[in-house]
Amino acid sequence: MKYDAQKFLVIKNEEIASGIFDMWVENRDISALAKPGQFAHILVPGKTLRRPISICDADKSCLRLVYQVKGEGTEILSKIKKGEKIDILAPLGRGFDIKKNKKYCFIGGGIGVPPMLYASKQTEKPVVITGFRNKDLVILQGDFRRDNCELYLTTDDGTLGRKAFVTDVLKEKLNEIDEVCACGPIPMLRAISQMCNENDIPCQISLEERMGCGIGACLVCACEVRRNDGTKDYVHVCKDGPVFDSKEVVF
Amino acid sequence: MADLSVNVAGVHFNSPLIAASGTFGFGHEYSEFFKLSELGGISCKGITLKKRLGNPPPRIAETPSGIINAVGLQNPGVDHFIEKDLPWLKEQGTVIIANIAGNTSEEYAMMADKLSETDVDMIELNISCPNVKSGGVQFGTSCESVGAITGLVRKHCTKPLVVKLSPNVTDIAEIAKSAEAAGADAISMINTLTGMRIDIETQRPIIRNNTGGLSGPAVFPVAVRMVWQVANAINIPIIGMGGISKWQDAVEMLMAGAAALQIGTCMFTDPYAPVKINAGISEYMDRKGIKSVSEITGSVSPW
Repeated sequence: MKYDAQKFLVIKNEEIASGIFDMWVENRDISALAKPGQFAHILVPGKTLRRPISICDADKSCLRLVYQVKGEGTEILSKIKKGEKIDILAPLGRGFDIKKNKKYCFIGGGIGVPPMLYASKQTEKPVVITGFRNKDLVILQGDFRRDNCELYLTTDDGTLGRKAFVTDVLKEKLNEIDEVCACGPIPMLRAISQMCNENDIPCQISLEERMGCGIGACLVCACEVRRNDGTKDYVHVCKDGPVFDSKEVVF
Repeated sequence: MADLSVNVAGVHFNSPLIAASGTFGFGHEYSEFFKLSELGGISCKGITLKKRLGNPPPRIAETPSGIINAVGLQNPGVDHFIEKDLPWLKEQGTVIIANIAGNTSEEYAMMADKLSETDVDMIELNISCPNVKSGGVQFGTSCESVGAITGLVRKHCTKPLVVKLSPNVTDIAEIAKSAEAAGADAISMINTLTGMRIDIETQRPIIRNNTGGLSGPAVFPVAVRMVWQVANAINIPIIGMGGISKWQDAVEMLMAGAAALQIGTCMFTDPYAPVKINAGISEYMDRKGIKSVSEITGSVSPW
């Protein structure tokens, strides 16, 4: 089994920052299959389309999904209570390719921070750079710290941590790291990707797109890539991604 | 368990449920959930003579009880389909329908020639795609053009020929009659209804193509009405589709006049929908003492 749609028991679904929820769901068949960077496609009662949410963390029995309320679907999701069951299709997509014995730098911006937690747990003493707009949106700092990461916190307005962009921190760390994994807003990913290219550091980025089936059948979540021979192509975030080599993505 | 098999234009289907083109790729992804032989058939992703990249994203937006999409016929081209996808599909124990779309009449004819020499079971003529600039729906919105393209492809097609109709027309029954007169073996209907969503914060359409095709439960009653009207106008079978999401919808569409059904959007919500719909139709037939799905087809008693 690669993936399946099954019922999950909601263990927890609590607001951890302004409009951001931390949901833990239990299903032993599926949770153990999840790899860092993959996502879960959640059925929201009354909605035609499922909501793709990145996997923040996973163990043998649970998936942890940290999501932001952005519209009607995630609003409904945020009202689901502990003890209820929800239908989740998971684990989906191609996640991060994390090798042993390499020094990684994991970078998350805003709601792109959650998938970095599970990813950072796969390596020894990684550098983790997290960036947020302001102090009200800061999440998961305690979790990263517990996992023995070299953690950096930045905010755009300096209301918590360092007043800087994640790329300001990355610049200072470039000569210490072998590879970058990043998730966040497109301008941030573009800047990180450029900096990595200039310094010849491999960079994997996780992308978002409006999605349909979630498994690669309907072809709606297209991402433009440049092939080695220079030709343009559209691949799909749900199946070919969400994680891509930043060099092939056309921003 | 009731016998769910149906016959459309001489082709035997194990179940009246066929995966609708564009929602099911070439079958691989959904084979993780159920045996593809649970389906009566698969109408493959629309193919064109050459590979097509499709439209830039976003390609989808949600609507009340549905979705709008504008993929723009992204596909690997007919030769790739025949060489790489068809052999595996033919091993799945289900009817394989090739859905073809051309920029020109000649392209439709060339694809019909190529596919007629393969193991494809049926050819579905896509003259109703709302999301491409040339080809697609431009062939499907007047009786003359539908008659002409159907007649041309008929000459090049040795397989049973299904013509897929657009609902974005004034009188779909007249269009269906033109397809029948030009040699179609069956009609499939309805393709999506054109629609649009606008992001009120950015003042931009959500879909990059500006407009797209509406599908899902939102279009179901429109589809039922159109299938009923066309069933009363022609003598060839209809493959009914448009917003079927549960077994009750399937029975209703059959009653309106469909001989078989296509489903698509409902599988995005629940990938197991085909299995559940099959089971529901079967229980209904047992409960009503119905021996064959064909007894339900067109059984509505209008006032």
